[in-house]
This record gives sequence, structure tokens and C-alpha cells, in this order.
Amino acid sequence: MIPAAFDYTRPSGVDEAVGALRDGGEDAKVLAGGQSLIPMLRMRLASPTTVVDLGDVTEMRGVRDDGDALVIGAMTTHDEILHDPLVHEHAPLIAQATETVADRQVRHLGTFGGSLAHADPAGDLPSVASALDATFEVAGPSGRRSVPASEFFVDYLTTVLEPDDLLVSVRVPKLTGWGTHYEKFNRVAQAWALVGVAAAVRRSNGSVAEARVALTNMGPTPVRAYGVEDALTGTAATEDSLAAAAQRAADGAEPSSDPSASAEYRMHLATVLTRRALQAAGGA
Amino acid sequence: MTRVSMTVDGVSYDDDVEPRTLLVHHLRERLGKVGTVVGCDTSNCGACTVMLAGKSVKSCSVLAVQADGADVTTVEGLAGRDGELHPVQQAFHESHALQCGYCTPGMIMAAVDLLSENPDPSDGEVREGLEGNLCRCTGYQNIVRAVRDAAASMRGTVPTAQEPAAEASAASTASTASTASSPGEPASQGVTT
Repeated sequence: MIPAAFDYTRPSGVDEAVGALRDGGEDAKVLAGGQSLIPMLRMRLASPTTVVDLGDVTEMRGVRDDGDALVIGAMTTHDEILHDPLVHEHAPLIAQATETVADRQVRHLGTFGGSLAHADPAGDLPSVASALDATFEVAGPSGRRSVPASEFFVDYLTTVLEPDDLLVSVRVPKLTGWGTHYEKFNRVAQAWALVGVAAAVRRSNGSVAEARVALTNMGPTPVRAYGVEDALTGTAATEDSLAAAAQRAADGAEPSSDPSASAEYRMHLATVLTRRALQAAGGA
Repeated sequence: MTRVSMTVDGVSYDDDVEPRTLLVHHLRERLGKVGTVVGCDTSNCGACTVMLAGKSVKSCSVLAVQADGADVTTVEGLAGRDGELHPVQQAFHESHALQCGYCTPGMIMAAVDLLSENPDPSDGEVREGLEGNLCRCTGYQNIVRAVRDAAASMRGTVPTAQEPAAEASAASTASTASTASSPGEPASQGVTT
């Protein structure tokens, strides 16, 4: 289908973009890579009055080293992430999960920030950002602010971003000395995760010193598996103890049922995939 | 209406377009580039794949205004000006890598993109690399064979290992300067449906 008509503007800076969003009102929409928005426009699931295209906002592109963290511009494409040496060195979990996002064509245009701001429960990057304790840098009419991952995702397709807010960049702490892994289960013909698990484990003398586990598609927002993290901390990093901790992956989660998977099946998958993710990230 | 300038298959175009116009509709309906087809209209099938600034994209999921200032290559722009097929086109022809042919323009463009990054893919890497393209005749076996044959033939001529990209940009420069190419000129090759 052909999208409904809209006004189009292509600002060249963050402040100009925020101004355009404010002027566009509640029905203004941000266009990043467009790989979620344009299909929604085409199916007329979205009919914004104004589309603010960030394609020319070059300050929102690219990855930079900021000491103990990486700062990833929201407009950096998945393809650019996959080819970025800093990401591979300091945040390999992001590279590994990004490789599973959609297909080559979509990764050429789709953006890191766009995926996070879209907040699809089946999207891979929200749980990765959650496991990495990323911080979201947001620009709005009253200035800039930082939002931790634990507060950024609010509900299904909903974040703390107001209609005239812009996600500018994401600050990802470098996890030096940690093992990380993203384990995903999906239908072959579709890259959407039925369930995904992002795991980060820091070992010390054969024990788990710290662990973070976040789940994809086990609820309307990414779910931190705190039960697993608590069970792991201080235990021996053996196959048995990792597997025992993984049994708690679905504790408290309320996944949805859909034609691809029942909630019960998702709960089961979460424990199996968590065990695999932990063994890859923190096994001997 | 928004003014949009783009170079498509080596020819420069300036048009006023509605912002809601999808790139695939602009290519087909305004510029006559009907070699690029609309398959599913839901971003799944990849039949509408073209190269935008040197990278494969699904042109049903791009607004024409987003391609402003960019270089676009469709399946119609792959063959040499003398009509010589691109190695991927030639391999699809020789391996009979098509049944109904509807997915072929997108498959070929996706394959050209894949080979530009990985000149010697395994069967598995070809399948993974073409995951954004569906063939509902399920003719994947011959498609994989054709892509690997094309890769071998492109590697075979070592001095022109970069041939696809170099050729495309050379053709692009040549036709932009030439008055022989007219906007909307039909494809000279019969690889499209």
C-alpha cells in the first residue's frame, strides 16, 4: 500500500530535529533507518502528520571511545556496528546480537538507536542494552538528559521518550574481562526472536564474580533475570551450577502467547537458552 | 512535493516527488525502471532489492526522498553497455537459477552485494547472505550454485576482482556524461521478468 500523506522535514542537527518534532506536535514521527517505520506507514498502521528524517544528522552517527565506555550514535546502522572495531573489541555482545537482526538489506539501513527507540519486545538490542547497563542520552525541548536502560523501556513499543524527544546516543560501559553471549531462538524464515538471552559473566578464580542476564521477548519490555544473577554470584562457574541458575530464568516473567509460541513454551525456552548463553559466556 | 536528485544506473534524474513515495514506486513508475519488482510489499521478500550508495536495500522500505543525492543501481544497470551480462546474471542464466523469475532481480542484486563483501562464500554463507530474499518456487538450490559459480568466475580474473563495483561506477560515469541514455529507457537485457 502507499503510505498516507505527511509533511517531511530533514534537519541537519539535533536541536533542529527536536524543534521540528516540537513543531510537528504529537503526530510527528522520527525517521531513522525506516526499517520499522516505513513498513508501518505502508500498512497504514501509522499515519504521522510530520516525518522528521534524521538522515542528515551526522553528529548522531558513528562509535567513539570515551574512556571506560563506548558512545554509539543512535543513527549508526547495524551494518556499521558490525564493521566497527571498537564494538568488536569492547562490546562484542552488541556485534553478536546485531548479526542476527533481520537480513543484510535491513541491516544496511536500520539503526542501533532506531531499534532501541522502537522497543519491539522481539527486537534483539533492547535486552542487550539492558544486560550491558547502557545509558540512553536523550535530547528534548528542555535540554539533554541521561536515562538508564532499566528506566528507558516502559511497555510494548513504548519508551520514556516523549513525542518531541530524540534518542541521540547510547553509552555502553566497556566490560573488560567479562565473557558475553547472545543466544537466540527464532523461526528460520523470520529473524524475530521467539526468545533471546543476553548474558554477561565476570569470572574470578573459577567462580562467578558478577553476572547479568536479560531476556528478549519474555514480556512487553526486556526482562532482567535477577533470580539467575543472584543465584550465580559467588558460585563456582561449573556446568552444573550455571545450569542450576538458568532454571530460574523465567521466574516472574510474563511472556505473551502468539501463533509462533505459547507463553509456556517461551518460559521453557528461556531456561534452555539461558543455560546455553551462560555456558558460552562464563563456562570453563 | 520535494525536489529529489538521484543517479540511477548511471543517469541523473531530478524530480518533484511526494514525500510518501516509496523508492520502488519512484523507480518503476516515474523512471521506468520496471526491472525492479514489487513482491510482497511487506519488507519480507527482497524482490525489490537495489543498491543504494553501494549497499543492498529493499526499495519498498525506503522513501524516494531518502535517496536524494544518492547513487542507485538496479538490476537494469548491471550489464555492460555492450550488453555483456554481469557475472552474477550470467551465472543465473547458466545454472538455471530461476523458475518463474519474479525473485530474480532482487536475488541478483542481493548476490552482487554479498559477493562484494565475501568473494568466496560457502553454501551456508550464500544461504545466510540471501536470507532477506525469498523464492516461492523454492528454487534455492540452483540459486546457491549460481552465486558460487559467479563468485568463482569473478575471482578467476584476478586483476579485475573488484570488477562489479568498478564496472558499475565506470558505467555510471560514462552514461551520465552521455546523451545516449534517456530517462526511462527500457532495460536492454532480458534477465528481468
